[in-house]
Amino acid sequence: MANIMYWEAIQRAHDEEMARDPLVICMGEDIGVAGGTYKATKGLYEKYGPLRVMDTPISEGGFTGLGIGASFLGVRPIIELMSVNFAWLAMDQMFNSAAKVRYMSGGQLTAPCVFRSAGGAAHQLGAQHSARMEKVFMGIAGLRVVTPSNPKQAYGLLKSAIRCDDPVFINEHELMYNMKGEVPDGEYFHPLEGSDIARAGTDVTLFGYNISVHWCLKAAEILDKQYGISAEVVDLYSLAPLDRAGIKASVSKTHRAVIAEEDEAPVGVGSEVIAIINEECFFELDAAPIRVHSALVPQPYNHTLEKAAIPDHEDVVKAVLKLFGKA
Amino acid sequence: MKIDDKKRVLREMVLHRRFEERCYQAYIERKIGGFLHLYPGQEACCNGVMEAARPGHDYVITGYRDHVHAIKCGADPKEVMAELYGKETGSSKGRGGSMHIFDAAKRFMGGYALVGGPFPLAAGIAKAIQLKGGDEIAICFLGDAANNQGVFHETLNMAALWKLPVLFVCENNLYGIGTSIERSTAVIHQHKRVAAYNIPADECDGQDIEVVYEHARKAVDHVRAGNGPFFLELMTYRYRGHSMSDSRGYRSREEEELWKQRDPIFILRDRLIKEGAITMAEFEAIEKETDAYIENEVIKFSEESPEPRVEDLEKYVLADRDTQLPWLTGKAA
Repeated sequence: MANIMYWEAIQRAHDEEMARDPLVICMGEDIGVAGGTYKATKGLYEKYGPLRVMDTPISEGGFTGLGIGASFLGVRPIIELMSVNFAWLAMDQMFNSAAKVRYMSGGQLTAPCVFRSAGGAAHQLGAQHSARMEKVFMGIAGLRVVTPSNPKQAYGLLKSAIRCDDPVFINEHELMYNMKGEVPDGEYFHPLEGSDIARAGTDVTLFGYNISVHWCLKAAEILDKQYGISAEVVDLYSLAPLDRAGIKASVSKTHRAVIAEEDEAPVGVGSEVIAIINEECFFELDAAPIRVHSALVPQPYNHTLEKAAIPDHEDVVKAVLKLFGKA
Repeated sequence: MKIDDKKRVLREMVLHRRFEERCYQAYIERKIGGFLHLYPGQEACCNGVMEAARPGHDYVITGYRDHVHAIKCGADPKEVMAELYGKETGSSKGRGGSMHIFDAAKRFMGGYALVGGPFPLAAGIAKAIQLKGGDEIAICFLGDAANNQGVFHETLNMAALWKLPVLFVCENNLYGIGTSIERSTAVIHQHKRVAAYNIPADECDGQDIEVVYEHARKAVDHVRAGNGPFFLELMTYRYRGHSMSDSRGYRSREEEELWKQRDPIFILRDRLIKEGAITMAEFEAIEKETDAYIENEVIKFSEESPEPRVEDLEKYVLADRDTQLPWLTGKAA
């Protein structure tokens, strides 16, 4: 096990897959000579050259479509969208071309692309550089959506996404690229479907994904030490499809659920998980599930307002206490 | 063009015209649903370019006015019509419809319904060709109105930057849906717009197939020789409306008649008659044979083919699960 950073894990997955298959390429803004805004493609340009490590113009719709077109002929492009906010410009191609081509061609064409993007709010980046957009991607037929919460997942999910014949959107996080964690030394493929139990517990399930897994883990620690509540943390690394069986299994055990997401409500992972709980195990519930989410505002620049807009572990603790009638 | 080729293409163009007119009839009879965009008037464009290219070898992609391009690449007209009928035997198994004809085996990479959407896809196909090292080229057929989308410029820039083997064919039919080019576009002659990207471009009459062929040959040769992209503009006209709901109130019947005097099929027919290669009686026989083929084979096949099964509603959304298990479950060998 190597203890490496999130960006290093992503870089390693790129490197291994590009070394294995000459049709694996990567493309995006500043990914080559500059080495990538978050270093996720560091050193690849020197190793694989400009034909396979493509510094693109700032034309998100254009280069995303170009990658998708190449994938029709078996090329496996890893397309980096520097910030998920810029993915809005690429969505026409991602949704109308990549996600639909298999269906509308009756299975003749497929778009085995990987779209990687830094999602999430960092610090004071303002309204147009702080979007969380997983809610948009996870509702598109024909597109898989995964979101790594640690370096092991970042490595293993990218490896699996490159090999998978379906288009996969990988939602990363600007604040997590320097996070360290254990990654297996040998080749490792993380499943693109399912969920991980990040911490086992018995009294309440905390559902999180990407950065909110860490809020949940911190909240579970506090709940255990200060309130004697045993919280299970379920890491929903796959947002499309969501893990119905995993959600059902955990809620059937704990009978209570809180869903934590950095995305805003309405519309999102929280509402979907609650819908799944209703459909799969409503009568197992001892209390109505609660979702913890961002305020429905364009992200404010001001530090205090920004902090007020985005939830954290304390909001998760509060939600759990409310579930137990303690708040 | 050689005389035999001209005779063959005349027959093909008659098929393309009659096929489309038969679609019109089937639409009126409500055998075909959705939107239907027909090609009559523009036949010399697709045929002239593809005669200069290698159908089935070169990759072709286009917009929603796609039936004829598919057939020219080698798609079976029966399967194209069955697709319009929404049948399981259709080229896209009834899942695509008129705007989404595909024939991957014939390298017809599809019809797409977002105006301008195929531009970057075509460049991507060219990128894949470049990586794999083949002698194919990508050919992107779109209308003039697509050039007002941002991806047109984004794609031209990248295609020139990376010297991609892609030929952009602009079928300038003077209308974007129901708005004339004068009212939507600051530059009428589209080839002028690509000069900014250092891409060689050419414009010619799109009604005379021999003219199209001569210009297309130079364009195709340029791209195939590894010189990067080329942009070919063909001045043409669609006789019917943009789609079936269009009553053509935005243009005059006089204008339409003027264009019909330069009908691409009649131009070629009259030339072949003048050259003594065919007679009018032979041409009329071709039309009759074509109609009989469409009725007795194409329509019959489409009528008699089965509908897709409702149980298969979700088939083709994602790759077959069994083939992807190592990546879905993480249990790679």
